[in-house]
Amino acid sequence: MTSVSAVESRSTTARPLPAVDWLLVLAVLAVGAMAVRAILYTPADAALGAVQRILYIHVPSAILGMYVACTIMAACGGLFLWLKDDRLDRISESAAEVGFVFLTVVLATGAIWGKSSWGTAWAWEPRLTSALFLWFVLLSYLVLRDAIENRDTRARLSAVLGVLALLLVPFIHMTVYLFRGLHPDPVVLQPGKPKMPPEMLITWLFAVGAFALLFFALLRLRYRWATARDARLMLEQA
Amino acid sequence: MRAHGRCGVSASFREPSFVADAVRIARKDLLIEFRTRSGFLSATVFAMLSIAIFRFSWDPTAVTSIDLAPGIVWVIFTFAGLLGLNRSFGVEQADRALDALLASPVSREAVFAGKALGNLCFVLAVQVIALPTLALFFGLPVAPEWWGVGAIALLAAVGFAAVGTLFAAIASNTRLAEMLLPMLALPFFVPVLIPAAQATSKLLAGLPLTEVIAELKILAAFDIVFVAACTLAFPFTLEE
Repeated sequence: MTSVSAVESRSTTARPLPAVDWLLVLAVLAVGAMAVRAILYTPADAALGAVQRILYIHVPSAILGMYVACTIMAACGGLFLWLKDDRLDRISESAAEVGFVFLTVVLATGAIWGKSSWGTAWAWEPRLTSALFLWFVLLSYLVLRDAIENRDTRARLSAVLGVLALLLVPFIHMTVYLFRGLHPDPVVLQPGKPKMPPEMLITWLFAVGAFALLFFALLRLRYRWATARDARLMLEQA
Repeated sequence: MRAHGRCGVSASFREPSFVADAVRIARKDLLIEFRTRSGFLSATVFAMLSIAIFRFSWDPTAVTSIDLAPGIVWVIFTFAGLLGLNRSFGVEQADRALDALLASPVSREAVFAGKALGNLCFVLAVQVIALPTLALFFGLPVAPEWWGVGAIALLAAVGFAAVGTLFAAIASNTRLAEMLLPMLALPFFVPVLIPAAQATSKLLAGLPLTEVIAELKILAAFDIVFVAACTLAFPFTLEE
């Protein structure tokens, strides 16, 4: 609609990237400290054993990868369709990519935990199935972006997909829970958060904070990279 | 067709008739399809061949056909439907026919509705051929349950056509074109396929229609949400 504003908003400031990304350093240190606390100072679950400590990676990654990343991707996509600001598209792109990494971590740690606790690396359990389909949606979002050369078209079409993906999530949840109606779970899943003893809860909250820091540090880094890439493309085309 | 009352717009502005425009576009697409028959033939032949091939891929003494049929038929509908969806914007790409369509005084939402309606007819036509073929090849009992299966197929086809049409429009703008469509659309077909396959399996097992209310509700909710969302999103998939 307003191609003028689209051009104006494109003025990518080609600021040089800082030599050290302090937020990222801080986030990595926080995750490291969390790991030390989880392994050395937090008791493991009596029934599940040491493998339960994977909870401190698994659940924070799931919260950030499934809910935070997808919400950012869809919200910025929707706002992009309205405001046509390139920065929103870059945030969407970055959120999808970082979210994809976090969701991959969720699936991988889930398989390790599952193999040890349930005896099988993969179960068609509702939450697992939802995570898998969401992983596919993010993957197709990234492939779609990759398959479009023109930047305006890419931003527009991927924003549409991002918004629709957010609408899809509740339906996938409903569907997979319905699917369970026929196939009861073989095991009791996911040690319940509410019944967590205080030491574990503190470690877990620490882990959520550390991973949130890591998520936003990576998001910022990816966003800066996208800005630099677009600025370079602008210079090349000029 | 412009029999509606004036709504205070200037006389030079053509009063849009959403339904009539959509029907006209759907009619155009179906006419092209009817004259060339390429998409419909390939989709139905694909569906019938797959049904026949699936029949030989398992040991009938181990799994009964009534357990296998619902899953198979929904997988086949999905892939046969994708064949048709690819064509729906493929025909507009030739000679840049889409530009002419967009230049015409037809709202973009009506273009979407017309395209989706055409695709819905296509998918339903494939189902009308494939379901009896399935019943024949798999030796399924011909019983009143089939009305329920028909209702599920109709509900599923609406959501399928809406989402599929939007993604066909998106995919036609990419480098990968038709190769990208299954990847984009299949995750979105999950809330259509799983309830539809489950409801079909329950109905074929002889359960009454009241047993599949939950599935029907999901299908209906999906149709409402995604028909609305895709209609609103479609104008954004076009060049401005």
